[in-house]
Amino acid sequence: MLPHDATRTPLPPLHLSAMSLSSSLGHGLNATLGALRESRSGLSERPFETVDLATWIGHVDSVDDVMLPAHLAHFNCRNNRLAWLALQQDGLMETLQAARARHGASRIGIFLGTSTSGILETEQAFRRRDENGNLPPDFNYRETHNTFSIADFVRHALALEGPALVVSTACSSSAKAFGNAQRMIAAGFIDAAIVGGVDSLCLTTLYGFHSLQLLSTEPCKPYDATRNGLSIGEAAAFVLLERVDVHGSKNDDVLLLGVGESADAHHMSAPHPEGLGARVAMRTALQRAGLQPGDIDYINLHGTATPSNDAAEARAVAAEFGMATPCSSTKGATGHTLGAAGGAEAIISALSLKHGFMPGGLNVTQLDPELQVNYQSENRNAPLRHVLSNSFGFGGTNCSLVLGRRGEY
Amino acid sequence: MAQQMENSAAQTTVYLLGIGAIGPGFDGWPALRAILREEEAWSRTTTRIPVLQVLPAAERRRVGIVVKLALAVGLEAARHADRDPALLASVFSASNAEGENCHALCDALAGDDRFISPTRFHNSVHNASSGYWSIATGCMAPSTSLCAFDASFSAGLLEAAMQVAGNGEDCLLVVHDSIYPHPLGSVRPMLDNMGIGLVLSAQPAAHALARLDLSLSENPPTLAPLEKLAALQGGTPSGRALPLLHAVATARHASVDLEYLAPLSLRIGVSPCH
Repeated sequence: MLPHDATRTPLPPLHLSAMSLSSSLGHGLNATLGALRESRSGLSERPFETVDLATWIGHVDSVDDVMLPAHLAHFNCRNNRLAWLALQQDGLMETLQAARARHGASRIGIFLGTSTSGILETEQAFRRRDENGNLPPDFNYRETHNTFSIADFVRHALALEGPALVVSTACSSSAKAFGNAQRMIAAGFIDAAIVGGVDSLCLTTLYGFHSLQLLSTEPCKPYDATRNGLSIGEAAAFVLLERVDVHGSKNDDVLLLGVGESADAHHMSAPHPEGLGARVAMRTALQRAGLQPGDIDYINLHGTATPSNDAAEARAVAAEFGMATPCSSTKGATGHTLGAAGGAEAIISALSLKHGFMPGGLNVTQLDPELQVNYQSENRNAPLRHVLSNSFGFGGTNCSLVLGRRGEY
Repeated sequence: MAQQMENSAAQTTVYLLGIGAIGPGFDGWPALRAILREEEAWSRTTTRIPVLQVLPAAERRRVGIVVKLALAVGLEAARHADRDPALLASVFSASNAEGENCHALCDALAGDDRFISPTRFHNSVHNASSGYWSIATGCMAPSTSLCAFDASFSAGLLEAAMQVAGNGEDCLLVVHDSIYPHPLGSVRPMLDNMGIGLVLSAQPAAHALARLDLSLSENPPTLAPLEKLAALQGGTPSGRALPLLHAVATARHASVDLEYLAPLSLRIGVSPCH
């Protein structure tokens, strides 16, 4: 019996009825899938801002070319520009507007994750302080820096009037947002939800992870024997969740089946060495989905490529699933997109289900023999019924999502 | 119109089992309760940050004042609710969770050497209080950290009620505010550091304080219960809870509308259990 083990009653599954992702792999679902199929990494040594660290980053092109419409101009910051870019892909804006017309402006919730919001604006504004230490007059705290900014921005961009919040639990943020949506739809307060998350490059995370000696000087190498830290990326991931339409649905529709959340109760920046909290999250997600470990065909790992994360996660996966379940981390491709990672990897997991495709983990030179899991370092095609996606973060916060194909129900 | 009727139809019920409160002029729920009952006058003295009795010594030295405040109101609420904190799911909600660390990091990053302390960095996350709470109490139950700017109290309460409804388990809500040093303090002024903790349950325990029926409305937010408390209610996101706390303190049936996200307010039907 694990701590905090209890019988979980499933909540009704939800349909991922629209989605898009912008990351260093490209803009939109086709670009993302294409890069994964070609085993192409978005990581590069390109310079960012005034950062003088030896590191690789997952930078999204053309974020600085975005001009927000005039009525949203006060939200202008890297994080919201990146969000705007993602909203323009895959017809997402039009789909969300149609959902608004269908459900009503107050019946769509917004639950988005971020870790650093628009803090790059603040970092730059601090350099422009006047002789009294005041910030420049063009600095908009509420619409850029405040953690709520991204949800507020999307709420205004789509003229929505329903419930909204931002989850900010470090690197599990945008995975946990799926749970917020599932609970509030089940309670009947809303009929649909925009979930996911946005995190963008900034000095705080680059220098912060550097200070913790968790930043690699090479492209990150999840589950490799010589892994030595993470590469930071940025991404905007959006998913529309709606109740499953039993009449209108197709077999390859992807459903959210279960969300499992837990806390490590161990340390602020190091995972529980045995991955105890991760085990509770994975097990709860399975219970919520009404599934057994053997029903999971592929695991998209958290796999940050820090020595301690991958070791703890592998122990947890082996304890819950044994050594057979294929798994990989896609962070060698995208970089660690922090508060957007859970949403980005939920979308990659949904693409995996739709296309029967397991993306191999990149940058593996020699798999770590200590990590007793069935790690996939090559792409593989196979029909998939259910996928589990892991997201863990500072503060010992854990979240696992279980997604499945409609055809299995 | 059909839409509004649907909104008013969605309702969820939770029972309030315990309260914790620390802020300017009150060191606990009994003190705030006395102010709300007009047994004591409110004097706006600086919030006293409690000395923590929990956490290993190494961690206790590292945590900032807002984490201390959040943990203290959480523990007070759990004690009042007669619940083991290790078994409570938790929702932490804040507009700005870590003002001091945020300032120190931005200040260091604006300097030449950009040296930042690793402890400061991992303590600067919005979920620092949630992380330290789980370490302090040994609690592995789900815990989240939310932000909704000035609507952070209502967003947190609504999510805590969703946790109770979705999991059937008791849930702790902690809404906490931290003041920023200058210059962020000038662009995001806040009255003082403050925290409110509530323990919510699906079950009407014998010692429950009140039944809360939550729904969304389009009513304007209820004004401060006492005119002189308007600065407290308007000056901090957690202060937006005052109309609810006033109804509970005075043990009266009431319907209050708490500030949420325009055009919505969070409507709470309060029914005392005693």
